[in-house]
Amino acid sequence: MSARRFRTYHDVEHDTASGILEQVVQQRQRLADRLASIRCIVAVLSGKGGVGKSAITANLAAVLAARGARVGAVDADLNGPSLARMLGAAEGRLGDGAAGVVPAAGAAGVRVMSMELLQGAADAPLRWQGPEGDAFIWRGTAEAGTLREFIADVDWGELDYLLIDVPPGTDKIARLLDLVRPDQTLLVTTPADIARRVVARSARLLREAGLESTGIIANMTAYALPDGTLQPLFTTDGARTLARESNLQIWAELPFDPAFATATDAGEPYALAVPASTVGTAIGRLAERVERAPRGRNA
Amino acid sequence: MKFLCLPCDRVMNFAERQVPGDGTLAAVFSCASCGHEMAMLTNPMETQLVSSLGVRIGGRPVPEQPFEQTRSTLAGTRDDAFHDSVALEPSDNPPPTTEASPLTPGAVRWSHDAVERLARVPGFVRGMVKRIYAEWAAEHGVVEITPEHMDRARSDLGLEGM
Repeated sequence: MSARRFRTYHDVEHDTASGILEQVVQQRQRLADRLASIRCIVAVLSGKGGVGKSAITANLAAVLAARGARVGAVDADLNGPSLARMLGAAEGRLGDGAAGVVPAAGAAGVRVMSMELLQGAADAPLRWQGPEGDAFIWRGTAEAGTLREFIADVDWGELDYLLIDVPPGTDKIARLLDLVRPDQTLLVTTPADIARRVVARSARLLREAGLESTGIIANMTAYALPDGTLQPLFTTDGARTLARESNLQIWAELPFDPAFATATDAGEPYALAVPASTVGTAIGRLAERVERAPRGRNA
Repeated sequence: MKFLCLPCDRVMNFAERQVPGDGTLAAVFSCASCGHEMAMLTNPMETQLVSSLGVRIGGRPVPEQPFEQTRSTLAGTRDDAFHDSVALEPSDNPPPTTEASPLTPGAVRWSHDAVERLARVPGFVRGMVKRIYAEWAAEHGVVEITPEHMDRARSDLGLEGM
């Protein structure tokens, strides 16, 4: 008995007027149109959690803006947003503008978009309307759609830099790369060997994606005392090992300074407030490095 | 996704979409050759999966709105997340609101009753809803939007729940 033969999907040109494909193409076009007004996309990522990505993003964004750049910042961490708070914009409101959603204004005029600006309760976990029992099937898709909207539907205006704070997990990095191709990637790690092992996977992901302008940010390299002296925090030097093994350069080494953490958590980027501090100076140098890197203002 | 009428060897056309409100969706497709109709029925999970892609079976009656997917599906939202750009004065109260709001092209006025009705829309989505009605009004040459226009727009555009 022979199997029935009929035309397959690709044999049929007509699209049933359902328009699904056209809608996806339009989504992509909206994203491309928005990105056209952004000079340089900088992704701050790690793969590892708790290494200071958000604090670095907030401080770098504020310092770049203070140096005269037009800066936007997207908090891609939908489940644990903190960027708006660190930039002092957590109580800000969005707008409905003719060209899209008007972002909140943060420190130094940084334009901010974060899930925290949309959620009603400060301790609310991210939840979606829908059949919860099957949420594992569609939740990731919904989050990817929201991230797309955070980038494509916000009226960023003309930007010199759009910084994207990427949550932990190499899958989250891959999700971002499905949407945008960063001009620069800042790979944040600490001297801890366990961090190096995780971040090495992200470095490989970026290398395989062909992203060449990647710099390592070595965070918590030492403990900064109030008098400016530095004390070792770790006995390992994972950042340098990572740089050697991944053939990447270290773009910045940032000591741990409790004042930096306290001020940033309170919505006052420390590198902006105390630029002469050890960590403030390091962030300032990082900003200069970003400006010289591909598509930076001084590239 | 395409549906093929095997006897006619023709792709069936999308004809109708219904959202009964229980999380399911029905989309009707018909064959232009023989007239045969079939309905695709999705369960709540399947409906949600398609919705989370940011697409709409049957095509979009209006262009995708900013944050449409997020605003439509996010739970536990902040009601004042957006500036209340919809704080309109009804057009029969001085001063007349002949100016367009910042988010709508052209000049469209809103009647007192329409403003009241719009004010009942949750703040999180109100700006988006207002934009859709205003764009519909502009396309149809409506100078002042009334609740009746809102009903017509909702029917025309298949805006379930707005």
